[in-house]
Amino acid sequence: MDMDYTLLILLLPLCSFLFIGLSGTKLKPAVAGIVGTLSLTAVTLLSYYTAYDYFSSQNISGVWQTLTPYNFTWLHVGEKLHIDLGILLDPISVLMLVVISTVSLMVHIYSMGYMKGEKGFQRYYAFLSLFTFSMLGLVLATNIFQMYIFWELVGVSSYLLIGFYYTKPAAVAASKKAFIVTRFADFFFLIGILVLSYFTQTFDFEALLIGDGSILSGAMGSTFIGASALTWAMALIFIGAAGKSAMFPLHIWLPDAMEGPTPVSALIHAATMVVAGVYLVARMFPIYIGFTPEVLQGIAYGGAFTAMFAAVIAIVQTDIKRVLAFSTISQIGFMMVALGVSTSMQLAEHEHGGLGYMASMFHLFTHAMFKSLLFLGAGSIIHAVHSNEMADMGGLRKYMPITHITFLIACLAIAGIPPFSGFVSKDEIMTAAYGFGTGMGIWMTITAGLTAFYMFRLYYRIFWNKEYEVHGGHLPHESPRSMTIPLMFLALLTLVGGFIPFGKFVTADHTQYTIHLDTTIAIISVVVALAAIGLATILYRKENDQPARLAGRMQGLYKAAYHRFYIDEVYQFITKKIIFNGISRPFAWFDRHVIDGAINGLGWITTRTSEAVKGFQSGSVQWYAWVFLFATLLITFLTILFTH
Amino acid sequence: MDSFSNFLFMRSEVSLLVVILALLVFDLTAGKRGMRYFQPIAIILLAIHTILHLLPHEAGIAFGGMYTYTPMAGVVKTILNIATLIIFLQAEAFNSERMSNKKGEYYFLTLVTLLGFYFMISSGHFLLFYIGLEMASIPIATLAAMEKQSKRSAEAGAKYILMAAFSSGIMLFGISYLYGTTGTLYFADMPALISANTLQIMAFVFFIAGMFFKISLVPFHLWTPDVYEGAPTNVTSYLSVVSKGAAVFALALLLYRVFSNIIEQWQSILYGLIIISITLANLFAIRQKNIKRFLAFSSISQAGYIVLGIIGGTPFGMTTLVYYIFVYLFSNLAAFGVITIIENRTGKVNIPDYKGLYSTNPRLSFVMMLSMFSLGGIPPFAGFFSKFFIFAAAMEQGFYILVLIAVINTIISLYYYLLVVKAMFIDKNEHPIPSLRTDSYNKASLIFCTAGILLVGIFSIFMEKIELFSFAMIQ
Repeated sequence: MDMDYTLLILLLPLCSFLFIGLSGTKLKPAVAGIVGTLSLTAVTLLSYYTAYDYFSSQNISGVWQTLTPYNFTWLHVGEKLHIDLGILLDPISVLMLVVISTVSLMVHIYSMGYMKGEKGFQRYYAFLSLFTFSMLGLVLATNIFQMYIFWELVGVSSYLLIGFYYTKPAAVAASKKAFIVTRFADFFFLIGILVLSYFTQTFDFEALLIGDGSILSGAMGSTFIGASALTWAMALIFIGAAGKSAMFPLHIWLPDAMEGPTPVSALIHAATMVVAGVYLVARMFPIYIGFTPEVLQGIAYGGAFTAMFAAVIAIVQTDIKRVLAFSTISQIGFMMVALGVSTSMQLAEHEHGGLGYMASMFHLFTHAMFKSLLFLGAGSIIHAVHSNEMADMGGLRKYMPITHITFLIACLAIAGIPPFSGFVSKDEIMTAAYGFGTGMGIWMTITAGLTAFYMFRLYYRIFWNKEYEVHGGHLPHESPRSMTIPLMFLALLTLVGGFIPFGKFVTADHTQYTIHLDTTIAIISVVVALAAIGLATILYRKENDQPARLAGRMQGLYKAAYHRFYIDEVYQFITKKIIFNGISRPFAWFDRHVIDGAINGLGWITTRTSEAVKGFQSGSVQWYAWVFLFATLLITFLTILFTH
Repeated sequence: MDSFSNFLFMRSEVSLLVVILALLVFDLTAGKRGMRYFQPIAIILLAIHTILHLLPHEAGIAFGGMYTYTPMAGVVKTILNIATLIIFLQAEAFNSERMSNKKGEYYFLTLVTLLGFYFMISSGHFLLFYIGLEMASIPIATLAAMEKQSKRSAEAGAKYILMAAFSSGIMLFGISYLYGTTGTLYFADMPALISANTLQIMAFVFFIAGMFFKISLVPFHLWTPDVYEGAPTNVTSYLSVVSKGAAVFALALLLYRVFSNIIEQWQSILYGLIIISITLANLFAIRQKNIKRFLAFSSISQAGYIVLGIIGGTPFGMTTLVYYIFVYLFSNLAAFGVITIIENRTGKVNIPDYKGLYSTNPRLSFVMMLSMFSLGGIPPFAGFFSKFFIFAAAMEQGFYILVLIAVINTIISLYYYLLVVKAMFIDKNEHPIPSLRTDSYNKASLIFCTAGILLVGIFSIFMEKIELFSFAMIQ
């Protein structure tokens, strides 16, 4: 079979998880780190080779082929339906392989420095391997059920990693919150899968996505509350995607998840797990575009709202990791918008319907690089000053030159300044958005401006602004080599990422396309970005009271944004006041008085009965024999009676 | 077929007989020092026997139809072999003087009962069937009474032999009427001659009551808790897994092969017995303090689930039944393994004694927890899959209400299985059972069981292999 070595990509992290996990503390911390990193290095090299092999050999007359090197049936469910486990290779899964393995390797290396001396270092590496394994399994899935299984595994390993500092109540609460919110969304995902498979009798992606869609006709035909079953299924599946990708209003878990170790945030909450939702939509894209365009439009509007909403919140946050968290939510909104504004599968010189798909995947790729760079940079800063708050920073450029430069590169990329990678991918998204409608284009341009503003607010507050105040008697210093090398590597990728001829590799219909910039849109974007950066420079480069005055003038908005528009409070209200008081209380009462009463009554009856029939289990053999004989005669009698 | 090739065809029986005789000779000739190696030698010989007959051979008959062999019977024999092997690994109690000054007896007698079960499964004639049954039950009584100093053990042995004799009497009475009305004892000749007339139904019920006694379905179960509690734990685990598994399979074979004409009758009998077995056993299990008694009731309710596989009367039902036995073997023996270890070292057998076990013996608690999860049917452990398939088999034939009742009972059973887990992990105890050391035999048995619980469900190959053989079995 072609490319069957790809199985190793899954097996290696699984083995290292089992090895590190089972060895436990018998392994020296350093050994655990080295084993994990080495296995990930091998996985990364294999992924690169897979990408090279795939993109150099699997193109037949300009169309990328879909391969399944492995697929074995795991369980039979009924006559036709079966659950498989396998590996599917196509442009987006190969792309995700590269993204996940790269970022994961960087995080593995980085963590050797960052987590040094932490209690539970081995556990940390075991969980990292588990997470990488599940994420790779997710993207390589050949069918939606396998994807769901790994989807849940990703959720579990993310839970374990967020709650790594399990002695910290905030971390425990955050891990629970992340798990419950995403689990809640996954519930809808599962229902969507079941509806879809009920009508199509298959879980398999190839059967579902390739072909003329006749397999979907059953689902198209039956309607439920005004929409076809297929629309419902696809909308439910999107809710699952929205949960993992932190789309409004399911985004509330992501900012809290920052309680986890910072490298984990870089891996899970920037580059890999949170884009699983985008990947899911991209995977199911042929169905969305061909049969349920109304859902796709909903995705576009939801993404656009989330992008702006999160950007506004990011402007006023003071915890640097939370700024990045909201920035991530906003950027994922961009990717969702790009998918949502697509109008067809095709992408060619005169047919731009599928541009959004390509743009979205491109942005996923570049975003993974610069956002993990930002998170790792933030980790490096936190490592140096032992605080997440902007107020404790300022003037750090003198002490941490490498962190400073790489962080600046990432900021320029996310702000969309040429020639950094974010500029190119964001420009494609803008072009697609303007193609969809001018309103959408302007909305996204404003959001991009906000992005540039809050990123440079962050940058100046960390590295410029006031002079660093020394507390505790020692100056911050640059992080060790194991941490700066990943930073530099990712910065390099951010510098050159934009020049990858991405359209040649990943498009919705698997044909090749040459990216070209739309000059008008590019100029508008850059001007807006520069203006926003300029504003940020005026306000935050030097310490002054302008920002405070501004905040004072727009106190209502500022406070609302600072409190993240009270979404958490809304959830609190719904869960605590409405669900707990309105539903749970009555149930609790019912449980305590009726059910418990019945059970207690039952217990009382049982005790009484067993008192009464104690003789039944008396220990007396004569009695046993009597029961035996009597039962035999009774059964005989009844059976004969029943027969005649 | 000459008699030599007849014997050759019964190769699994002959090879087991060789093992038995070898152990007997060793028991008679080895001195006090040689006896120390009895356990490893018995294990090795049985392991060789198991591996030699791991996969079933082609179907056929010998001795003019007295003996029939189907691949499915071969699979069941392998399952019984594996179970016995695990039980031998856990047999450390018989190394001590407390049980017997001639430890060989234990292994010898156990293997003789196993041979009896072999004949029961492979018989094609009621005579051989009955001989197999008796060959299996008389030594069990001896085994139950083996703890010589214990009054309870003696009581268990006496109760078992009395009840077994009584049930044999009833069963023989039924068989004699079957012979009287059909004029044959060959399984192959009987189906055509059996119909739903009063006399044959009576004969059938009398016969089958004896089988229900072996499987311990309510109300033929009364002996079970007393014998399980009194007998040495190792013998209890043999009773609960091997004896029960073999009897269920034999029952299914007879119902399918001999009594297929009166399927409506036996389906309604099983219907009623399943419901009362599962429900009553569950209600009694909740109240037990002694863990062996607790598992006795648990095994009665599990028997009800196993019989669910028979009631459909389909090959798929047979597959799920054998699979259930296979899974049940690992789950139950894991629990009994832990109980044996704790009982042998501390003498404690009550559930409250297990409080706080996790703090001192995390590994044992972990194995016990897995076993309880698997018995309760929590995914992804093997017990979940076996329950799932057996429900599916019954649903397929339209027994919806029965399955619903079984599912409700599963939830009740979860409650009491989790009570054990709660005792071990959550409840506090001032004086928990101290940290225990286990020998490598016990360790191996627990690792084996744990692997079974974790892997048998997830890897579908086991189910598929069993399914492969089940279609060949109903002609």
